[in-house]
Amino acid sequence: MTDPSPAQRFIEAIPHSRALGMQLEEIGDGRAVISMPYDARFIGDPATGVIAGGAVSALMDTCCGAAVMSYPGARGTATLDLRIDYMRAAKPGQRIIARAECFHATRTVAFVRATAHDEDESLPVATASGAFTMESATREGGK
Amino acid sequence: MSRSKPEPVQVVKQRRDNALKALIGGIPYVQWLGIQFDRRGDELTATLPFDEKLIGNPFLPAIHGGVTSAFLEITAMIELSWSMLWEEMEKGTLDPRALDAAHLPRLPKTIDFTVDYLRSGLPRDAYARARVNRSGRRYASVHVEAWQDNRARLFAQATGHFLIPARQPLGAAPGGTAPE
Repeated sequence: MTDPSPAQRFIEAIPHSRALGMQLEEIGDGRAVISMPYDARFIGDPATGVIAGGAVSALMDTCCGAAVMSYPGARGTATLDLRIDYMRAAKPGQRIIARAECFHATRTVAFVRATAHDEDESLPVATASGAFTMESATREGGK
Repeated sequence: MSRSKPEPVQVVKQRRDNALKALIGGIPYVQWLGIQFDRRGDELTATLPFDEKLIGNPFLPAIHGGVTSAFLEITAMIELSWSMLWEEMEKGTLDPRALDAAHLPRLPKTIDFTVDYLRSGLPRDAYARARVNRSGRRYASVHVEAWQDNRARLFAQATGHFLIPARQPLGAAPGGTAPE
């Protein structure tokens, strides 16, 4: 695990990620791991106490974006599209951990996939795949 | 059943508004994001008032992509629930007075959700409307569009598939029928 302090500052600089209580666990080389604690304010189904799909989406999007930012040469990014498949409900009371990997990037586009799970790591809560814009350092320099 | 006089407009409106309020008011995450719903007949428009905590890029500044996604997903899910609730309410098989936090219809479950980000979300209020393209006994496909200043300039759109909960006769009116 790399030094969390500058990386955590990156998350802290994003008001929405901070509001959701996200913690950057690991980052580097096109990969990121971010956790989000259980919080009753983020419940999406009052009958079960399960966290809203939207909060999981926000975690996935942040984690995918962080993975792109940590890709060698990346300067900036924005989501083009993101698909999330919800496999099962997250267990109420447990934190959710997302892992994203930028598995390919061109000078303009980054391709990312991610999984999210709670304390049970055998079956993910959700998986995601998306395309992100890539603002690369090399392209900037070539202008 | 005998044909009765049309109900006073205020009675009808209040019944529908109460049903909508019961549906939305019970979801903590909807309240936390500050999403509101306007109703015209059965048509719903969701509003996400801008707030500092929704920012994802403080330099632009822009709304967080996850907020956009959550806003669209909530709009799609509420539209789907509302369309089912509406049908039962109009048929008279559901009495909205029986709807409170403890007696809400089960919400649909998201199977998958795909968001298309067209423009960055500006630090302003956002609006969204969803359309149920297909709703069967088990599955539904819902499309949703979101915009800010101009209705024609969408900043995001999405399609999602939802699992429809088993319908239990919740808050069913005695006899289950009402004047048509």
